Amino acid sequence: MGSTRPKKPESENLRVGQRSGEHVFPKARVRPQIFPYLLVLPALLFELLVHIFPMLVGVGVSFLELTQFYVRNWSAAPFVGFRNYLDGLDPSGPIGGALAQSFLITFAYTVLVVGGSWALGISAAMLVNSEFRGRRWFRALFLIPYALPVYVAVIAWSFMLQQNNGAMNTLLVDDLHLLKERPFWLIGTNAFWSVVMTSLWRSWPFAFLMLLAGLQSIPAELYEAASIDGASRWRRFRTITLPLLRPVNLVLLLVLFLWTFNEFNAPYVLFGQAPPAAADLLSLHIYVNSFVDWNFGLGAAMSVLLLLFLLVVSVIYIRVLRVGGEGNA
Amino acid sequence: MREDRTFKIIRVVGLAFFTLITLFPLYTVVISSIKPLADVRSAFQWVPSRITFAPYADIWSTIPLARYFLNSVLISLGATAISVFVAILAAYAISRYRFRGRGVFSLTVLSTQMFPGILFLLPLFIIYVNLERAIGIQLYGSYAGLIITYLTFALPFSIWMLVGYFDSIPRELEQAAMVDGTTALGALFRVLVPVSMPGIVAVAIFAFMTAWGEVLFASVLTDDATRTLAVGLRNYAIQSNVYWNQLMAAAIVVSIPVVAGFLALQRYLVQGIAAGGVKG
Repeated sequence: MGSTRPKKPESENLRVGQRSGEHVFPKARVRPQIFPYLLVLPALLFELLVHIFPMLVGVGVSFLELTQFYVRNWSAAPFVGFRNYLDGLDPSGPIGGALAQSFLITFAYTVLVVGGSWALGISAAMLVNSEFRGRRWFRALFLIPYALPVYVAVIAWSFMLQQNNGAMNTLLVDDLHLLKERPFWLIGTNAFWSVVMTSLWRSWPFAFLMLLAGLQSIPAELYEAASIDGASRWRRFRTITLPLLRPVNLVLLLVLFLWTFNEFNAPYVLFGQAPPAAADLLSLHIYVNSFVDWNFGLGAAMSVLLLLFLLVVSVIYIRVLRVGGEGNA
Repeated sequence: MREDRTFKIIRVVGLAFFTLITLFPLYTVVISSIKPLADVRSAFQWVPSRITFAPYADIWSTIPLARYFLNSVLISLGATAISVFVAILAAYAISRYRFRGRGVFSLTVLSTQMFPGILFLLPLFIIYVNLERAIGIQLYGSYAGLIITYLTFALPFSIWMLVGYFDSIPRELEQAAMVDGTTALGALFRVLVPVSMPGIVAVAIFAFMTAWGEVLFASVLTDDATRTLAVGLRNYAIQSNVYWNQLMAAAIVVSIPVVAGFLALQRYLVQGIAAGGVKG
C-alpha cells in the first residue's frame, strides 16, 4: 500500500510498484487509506458503545448529586462540582474514611494474591517444565481452578468455609487439631483471609499457564551449558530463568495486578451485598455505595479515583521497568 | 536439564502439595453433590455414609436451571462468535497495515482492560435503556445487550493475542495468494485464518469462558427471562436456606462444558499464548 496516501509510511518511503517486504498489497491499493479503518471499525464501535462512551457518562455522573431521589429523572440531579471527590478523598469524614480503609484492605489483598499467585505459579511451572511420566495430567489438573467459572469456584469455597458444616473446619479442627474452636470464616476478621484464599486458589493457575509457556520457550541447551560449568540450581534459576522470563513477568504481573485490584466476584459471591468490614474490597465498596445506598454520583467519583490510581500505577510501572530493562538487557 | 535425585524428590513433594490444594475444594464439591441433604447440613464427612444421585435430578426443579443454562449457552456462544470475528478483522489491520491512529487504537482497546467494571455498569445500563426508547432495539434484559457487552470484554485480549500470532506468520503466504488475484479479505480468511487456528481457538476459549463466568453485568443487565447461570446460582447460593448438595451438583453440571472444552483445547491456549503473548 502507500502509493496514493498522502502520508509517508512510517518505516520507509515506498514508491508505486516498489518492492519491499512490507504491505505491498495489490488489491488494497485501490483504497489504501480506508481498508484498515474498515477492518478496525467493528471493534471500535463496540468498544465505544460499551466502554468509552459509558465511561465518559460515568465521569459526568461523578459531578452530580445522583441519589435515590433522582434515579427516575437523573437529568434533574444537581451539579455539585468536585464535592463527591472531596467527600471520597477526606480520610477524616465518614465516606472518605471508609474509602481509605477499603483501599488499604484492597492493597493488602492485591499484594498477597499477586505475590502468592506468582510464587505458586513459578514453582509449579518449574516442577512440570521437564518431561516425566504423568506430566500432562498434572498440568491439566492444575489448570482446572482457572477453567472453572469464577462463581463456581467461589461458591465451592463459600461452602467449604461454612462454620458448622464446612470442610475447612473439619480439616483444621477435627482432623488436624490445629484449632480448638470452629472459627467463623465468612464473618469477622477471618473474612479477609477467606477472600485471599479463594482468589489465590483461582488465580495462581493463570500465572502457572503463562510462566510455563515462558519456560518452554527457554532453550534447554542454556541450562546444559550452565550445568556443565558447575552452576547450582539456584544460580541457574537466577541467571538464566528469571532474566529470560522477564517479558512474561512484566505482562503477567501487570495483568494480575489490574485484575486483582478490580476484583469483584470473589467478595460479591462469598458475602453478598453486605461484606464484613475486613473484606470490604474497593469494587464491592463502590457497588454498595452505588446500588445499595443509591448514591450513584459518589459511586462514580470513587470509580474515577480507582481508575486514575490504576492508570498512574500502570504508567509508572511501564516507564520504570522499560528504563530498567534497557540497563539490564 | 540433568535430572538429579534431589530434584526428583522435590518434584514429588511439590506435585503432591499442588495436587492437594487443587483437589481439596474440587473433592468437597464432588463428594457433597452425592450426599443426602441431612448429611451436608451436619459436620463435613470426607467419606459419605450414604450416597444419592437425587441432587442431580432435584436441582432442575429447585431453581429454573434449564432456563439459565439455555440463556448462558446462547449468550456465550453469541459473544464468542462475534468477538472472534471482530478480533480477527482488527488484528489483521494492526498486524498488516501501518495506518494513522493504529497506535492510538491499540492502546485504547488495551486500556479498556483497566477500567473498573463498576465505573461503566450504571452508565451502560442507562445507555441501553435509552437506546431502546430512542431506536426501539431492546438491549436491557435481552440476549443482544449481554452479547454486545461480553464480546467487548474479550476483545482486548483477543486482539492483542491475534496480532502477536499474525505477526509470527510470514506475509509471503498472503502475498502469494494476492498475486493470484485474491482480495485482501480473501487472503485473510482463506490463507491467514486457517494457519492461525491455534491462536483463534485459544481466543475463542477465552471469550467463551469470560462470558460463561461473568456475574456483575449479568446481575444488572438481565431480567427473569434472560437470567444467566452465573446470576441464578449466585442468587441461590447466598440465600439463608441452601440445599448445598443440590447446589454442588449444579456447580458440577455447569462447569463440565467449560472445563472439558478448556482441557481438551489447552494445548492451543499454551501455544497461542507462547506465540501471541510471550514472543510478542
